Amino acid sequence: MTTKASLGVLGRRHWFELAFALLGSLVLLLVLAPLIRITLATPVGDLHDAAVDAEVLRSIALTVYAAFLATAFSAIAGIPLAYLLARKRFIGRTLLLAVIDLPIVVPHSAAGIALLTVIGRRSLIGRLFGHTLAGTVTGISVAMAFVSLPLLVNSAREAFVAVPPRLEKAARTLGASPARVFFTVSLPLAWRGIVSGMILMWARGISEFGAVVIIAYHPMVTPVMVFQRFNDFGLVAARSVAVLLILICVALFVVLRALSRPKSEESPNA
Amino acid sequence: MLELCGISKRLGSLDMADISLKLEDSEYFVLLGPSGVGKTVLIEIIAGLIRPSAGRILWCDQDITFHQPETRRFAVVYQDYALFPHLTAAQNIAYGLRANGATRYAETNRPAALAQMLEIEHLMGRLPATLSGGEQQRVALARALAIQPRLLLLDEPLSALDTGSRARLQKELKRINRELGTAIFHVTHDPEEAMAVGDRIGVMLNSRIRQVASVEETFHNPSDPDVARFLGMMNVLPVATVSGHMCTVHGVEVHAGATHSSTSHIWIRPEEIRMSSKPFTGPSINRFECRVIDWNHRDPLVAVRVAVAEPGVSKPLDLTCLVTHASFQELGIGAGSRAYLAFRKSAVHCF
Repeated sequence: MTTKASLGVLGRRHWFELAFALLGSLVLLLVLAPLIRITLATPVGDLHDAAVDAEVLRSIALTVYAAFLATAFSAIAGIPLAYLLARKRFIGRTLLLAVIDLPIVVPHSAAGIALLTVIGRRSLIGRLFGHTLAGTVTGISVAMAFVSLPLLVNSAREAFVAVPPRLEKAARTLGASPARVFFTVSLPLAWRGIVSGMILMWARGISEFGAVVIIAYHPMVTPVMVFQRFNDFGLVAARSVAVLLILICVALFVVLRALSRPKSEESPNA
Repeated sequence: MLELCGISKRLGSLDMADISLKLEDSEYFVLLGPSGVGKTVLIEIIAGLIRPSAGRILWCDQDITFHQPETRRFAVVYQDYALFPHLTAAQNIAYGLRANGATRYAETNRPAALAQMLEIEHLMGRLPATLSGGEQQRVALARALAIQPRLLLLDEPLSALDTGSRARLQKELKRINRELGTAIFHVTHDPEEAMAVGDRIGVMLNSRIRQVASVEETFHNPSDPDVARFLGMMNVLPVATVSGHMCTVHGVEVHAGATHSSTSHIWIRPEEIRMSSKPFTGPSINRFECRVIDWNHRDPLVAVRVAVAEPGVSKPLDLTCLVTHASFQELGIGAGSRAYLAFRKSAVHCF
């Protein structure tokens, strides 16, 4: 009798959960179907050809390198900014938080155009360097940084917020200067979140198309190459490069998840 | 030593004003007050972590109000220990030494000596998450003592611990104060804790310091009825009229020792009230007949609540008497039974 009663409750809950699971799986399908379909539809031979194509390899190396540059330089300025946003309350803080998120809502092609006005031939920077940054690796990195910076700053900020301020206060009273507190307490404790933000930014930089294609059609980053091959030679030609790019991004993503997973539960008195 | 001159701070709903205090050399000072009066804020002001809105902080007559916290050598120990979770107990203890540029010799020897003193040698290689509350607080204490602080600031250091660890650490703190001569400023909401550890007690109510006195003085002569009530004192009663040495409380006339014209409350010390099942004939001036309302056992005494009713007065006077278990057995009282009370004039404290 007890079994029946509990089954009844379970049954009702089942109905509700089933409906939600069904709706939720629609989203999953949207994400997974194209990725799985394209990977399965690409013959291993084509993938191999793409992987040994010097042009493709050069493009992938360029993409990974430019995104890495973008991440590394953004980290130097972005981590201090994230720390300030996490710890200090100042006038204009809310506005600053909104500014950080702006690149998420600005269309990326428009962002590319906007960037051109700052780093193009006739801009101040263009005149200063004597030539435009458009069409250079630096230009590509700047475009990548613009669109992916919020990912780094936001995860670093959240990581710093999670560090109890009391730890920093205790460190100060023990004789540590603010800089020492940052490097010995705040940074080590927020490190995991910062690294996952950096990987996320890196992966986002690698996959950027819209802003980069405006700044630099050549040298060709891989997302631009996928677009160019699709335009010039059609779906089958673009497919193998696209799959290669997807696999690289997925691999980075797996590393990211492994890093940001909380440490395995250490039982007290272990 | 430490001197606070007119410290004020507004912070959210907190409005702390004109806190003035002076600590003696190597003193164990306890600041006692309910939560929310700004005790933690005051600790952080002393430590230099919060700037006061007004007032000055002096150390040995030198103004240190605007000195950075890392230059003060006032170590803070928090209720939640605030140990660095990524460092072992040993690394936590050595943290301040390294920050102060101590020699390698000091860096290895002082933590070892402190660990031995606080009996945490076997925990030195462990991370804070694997330690119990009492163990963590010992590590936090060792970490603070490692920098040989000029003043140890303790913010509710024992409140998160179980009764056993609390009692042990109370003894430990007293020992540190005596043996190392470290001045301690200890903040708590618990009158019993204040009584157990302090040399002097400052009582803080409504973000003001209401009384600063020795432990004995504080608990024998509270400065005003609010302080007395906060200290958990029973029989703090409002006075209706005063004439000579006679106070009227709920229509009952009580002979008091030292009334003055502005006496508004009296406190009848409950341990000085005698109880009997027969009427008193002795020398006591205050003698009443009463009915027992209820009682509860508070080790080692029994608190018996009684009602003293004078004819013609609607609301009886409730009094609590503390009697020993033996007397309680002898009295053989039950709820509603008749009993007799007596106390001397000196048992009555006038505010």
